[in-house]
Amino acid sequence: MILAIDGTELQPINVELAEYSELFMLISAFIYTLAFILFTVDTARSSATIRRVEAELAQEQEAERIAVTAGAAEATASAQADGAAKTAQASTAETSQPDTSTAETSSDGAGPGEAEVNAELVDDDMAYARPKRPLANVAVAITAVAAAAHIFAVVARGLAAGRWPLGNMFEFLTAAALVVTVVYLLALIRRDLRFLGVFVLGLVVTMMVAATIGFPTPVGHVQPALQSPWIVIHVSLAVLAMALFTLTFAMNILQLVQSRRERQVTSGAEGALARSSFMRLVPSALSLENWSYRINAVGFVFWTVGPMITGAIWARESWGRYWGWDPKEIWTFVIWVVYACYLHARATRGWTGNRAAWLSIIGFICIIINYAVVNVFFPGLHSYAGLPE
Amino acid sequence: MAEKRTTTPSAHRDNAREDALADAVGEQRAKHDVTTPALGVVGMLRWAWTQLTSMRTALMLLLLLAVAAVPGSIWPQRVQDSFAVQTWIEENPTVGPILDFFQMFDVYSSVWFSAIYLLLFISLIGCIIPRARKHYQQMTSPPPRTPRRLERLPEYGALELADDGPSLDQALDDAAAVLKKRRYRVEKRETSVGAEKGYLKEVGNILFHVSLVGVLIFIAFGSMFSYRGQKVLMEDEGFVNALVAYDNFYPGTWFSEDQLEPFSIRLNEFERVFDRQVDENFEPLDGFGQPLEFTAHVTVQDGHDAEPEDTTLRVNHPLTLGGAQLYLVGNGYAPVVTVRDGEGEVAFSGPVVTRPDDPVYTSMMVIKVPDAQPEQLGFVGLFLPTAYDDGTGMAISTDPDLHEPELHLNSYYGDLGLDDGVPQNVYVLDTDNLEVLNSRESDEGGIVLAPGETHELPDGLGTLEFEEINDYIAIDIHYNPGEAGVLVFALLASAGLIATLFLRRRRAWVTVEQTPAGRTLVRYGLLSRGEDFSLRDETIALRTQLEKIWPVRPPEETEPSGVVSGEGPNTTRGI
Ligand code: HEM
Repeated sequence: MILAIDGTELQPINVELAEYSELFMLISAFIYTLAFILFTVDTARSSATIRRVEAELAQEQEAERIAVTAGAAEATASAQADGAAKTAQASTAETSQPDTSTAETSSDGAGPGEAEVNAELVDDDMAYARPKRPLANVAVAITAVAAAAHIFAVVARGLAAGRWPLGNMFEFLTAAALVVTVVYLLALIRRDLRFLGVFVLGLVVTMMVAATIGFPTPVGHVQPALQSPWIVIHVSLAVLAMALFTLTFAMNILQLVQSRRERQVTSGAEGALARSSFMRLVPSALSLENWSYRINAVGFVFWTVGPMITGAIWARESWGRYWGWDPKEIWTFVIWVVYACYLHARATRGWTGNRAAWLSIIGFICIIINYAVVNVFFPGLHSYAGLPE
Repeated sequence: MAEKRTTTPSAHRDNAREDALADAVGEQRAKHDVTTPALGVVGMLRWAWTQLTSMRTALMLLLLLAVAAVPGSIWPQRVQDSFAVQTWIEENPTVGPILDFFQMFDVYSSVWFSAIYLLLFISLIGCIIPRARKHYQQMTSPPPRTPRRLERLPEYGALELADDGPSLDQALDDAAAVLKKRRYRVEKRETSVGAEKGYLKEVGNILFHVSLVGVLIFIAFGSMFSYRGQKVLMEDEGFVNALVAYDNFYPGTWFSEDQLEPFSIRLNEFERVFDRQVDENFEPLDGFGQPLEFTAHVTVQDGHDAEPEDTTLRVNHPLTLGGAQLYLVGNGYAPVVTVRDGEGEVAFSGPVVTRPDDPVYTSMMVIKVPDAQPEQLGFVGLFLPTAYDDGTGMAISTDPDLHEPELHLNSYYGDLGLDDGVPQNVYVLDTDNLEVLNSRESDEGGIVLAPGETHELPDGLGTLEFEEINDYIAIDIHYNPGEAGVLVFALLASAGLIATLFLRRRRAWVTVEQTPAGRTLVRYGLLSRGEDFSLRDETIALRTQLEKIWPVRPPEETEPSGVVSGEGPNTTRGI
């Protein structure tokens, strides 16, 4: 039933597989939406989570007091040591003046102190802390299911077309969404990034919807200029870098909010943020900044090697010049310089903290511009968007 | 976490740690204020230099560079498409010239863009040279001296050894051995060991920045000695690399003609493959008719003495001849026509390049026949590879392959304007001063020809014969001697970047002393330069190794010998 294309080594499109791919793409988008909703509900119920932790703590302290009065001195010692260790872990190296005092005073009876509860709620190294968040856990599990369907969809698409499935905007966007999800899920194994769930899933759902509605492209072959092994490394690294920058974008936004909240809390102002229970489940601004720096550093290396260097090599193979200030190349360069600024800012006195976060956010905005605006509106050699003429 | 901070937290630990080290060593904190300019020219210059090479300036210049690059994506650029720039200025007669004055159409060679990146690179060199010198000194001198107050360091701990433990000196030797095994460079001192590792981090940083300079130098070198040209090559036509043979030629500033190696290329045959996939009902699938492969079968000769060689030129597969690269950048159909004039003489004969305008190769065609007598003749119209009349009388092309090739032309006579020597675009016929012979509107109708057919022009002005269809290809020829250098330095920069971002520069000190009880007390402290999120892991690993080789007294038995207030000597802070 499938006619061979004469005179070429290109494999014919596998129509059936292509249909499955499209179906699974839709399925995964639906499941992502479900996970997003669950994460949102979990966020909305943050105060309940906090209250539960408070209750648990109070109960434990009650039990402890009984033990103390019973004369089991050792138990106290170890519990205190335990508490001190936890608190110490929660603060970062240079500010580690563990306020064991709160742990001690509060065991006198009045119920858990605010600082103590906070220490139980989040960990600044983003290790899993105390609160059980069943809704969030279900959301994570569902996300994993969606990712599995998504992986199938992307792989099937590649197999159906007999090429690397990164040849047009639709494929680029859906693959980026997949990498964001997979990186997020992998990070969740070691680190408690559940607080990012709403943002990550929100972005993933947005990407999937944008791909399906904005750039629907049926499975097909790509034009001669795109039939190159460089597409594998060039575009894959770009997608990876973009996925990482997407994560740090979410973290940096949270960082700005969190640092505002921290200022409100220290100044004793009773702003809405200071009372926000969700933000109490989010690590400190400093911790968010450090983690997004680590991720951005990896993203910057990918961006340097991917879009910049292999892009130049491929451009030379394909168009005869390694750099020609094509709109796409211009924005690739701008993004690279902005993230170089970000790395520099972190080494410059007075430029860390919120300013660095802003630079990282600007970098991400440039990525959006590079992706959405340049591909669609600026003509150039990179116009491979696969948009209808 | 509500942390009580008055200033924004500095997450970059270099500053904080340098301060911590200074603190631990007992020095005054280094002054970071820039001194006000001293009087005199030298003072001013020195001040300006300090400002230029400061990190803050580098940051500002980088930001500026990013902003300055953006206009190039908003307005068309001459490097990209000088024709588009010309059109843009014509369409915007007020704004156009103003933007042009500010070099908005030549952003990347503009004065202001160049100023920014040159300042940036001067700043970079001024920044990197002292840094490299300082780092060389550090690499060749012993690890920094042991701080007096180890407990002020970000990572600190102490171990009290059991009564049967090693002597002070033995303990130092052991500690030195452990540190060495962890790949520190170690110096044993009277009562302490100083150690440092991760020098490659800074080497990476310097390599990265120096390589950026290398990239810039080779870009400049390349563009000076490069050349770039275009040539349209008909089937069975050859090209020899010489200035006269090019259709367009763009030399670099320092190009000289003897850089052109005498290679040659000849097009034997051109092959196009289009997507022909249909479904089970033989309905075309999406993408039907889109190009899949272009292959030019060519014969090349790399220099006068070389053997001619048959090969192929394809998209993404350039040929290298005489150090230059040849790229397949375009292709199209070239109908072969013969024009006889009113006197029956052959006034023109040969293939005519047509310009494909869409994916189905609807191609623009212009024939100028200035040699025709008694009147000069001109033809303009379309070549359609698969002509199809949709009923409106207007034929369109429905497929890029040659299924139903047809010429659809209008003809004109009069002065073509070629005699006054003003260069003209060969693909445009200016019909303002010409009289219409054939056109769809005129009584005579337009010319429609299939291969092998001949059309008689009205008024006995001549005939047009459509013989056959040839192919042509457009090739770009590029020579850039800087490319290899750019690539090498770009890769070096990447290596340096990876080293500087992911290696850790760490310092460690171990001191020994005798407790009042006569036992050996070992203290250790660690410090990192730059970002280091796993210094604590390093500390734990070090401590574990030390505990393995020594008999350590369990914490409960240890007397608090006043090491750190509130913490027993055996706790590693932060664990
Ligand atoms: C051509 C423009 C430049 C680019 C693209 C660039 C890029 C970078 C990058 C990506 C890093 C990150 C490496 C790291 O964090 O360890 C870095 C670090 C650094 N750069 Fe640059 N740089 C440029 C110019 C400069 C200039 C002009 C200076 C000096 C004023 C400078 C001084 C530094 C220093 C001191 C670091 C180390 C920061 C640290 O300790 O973390 N750079 N640069």
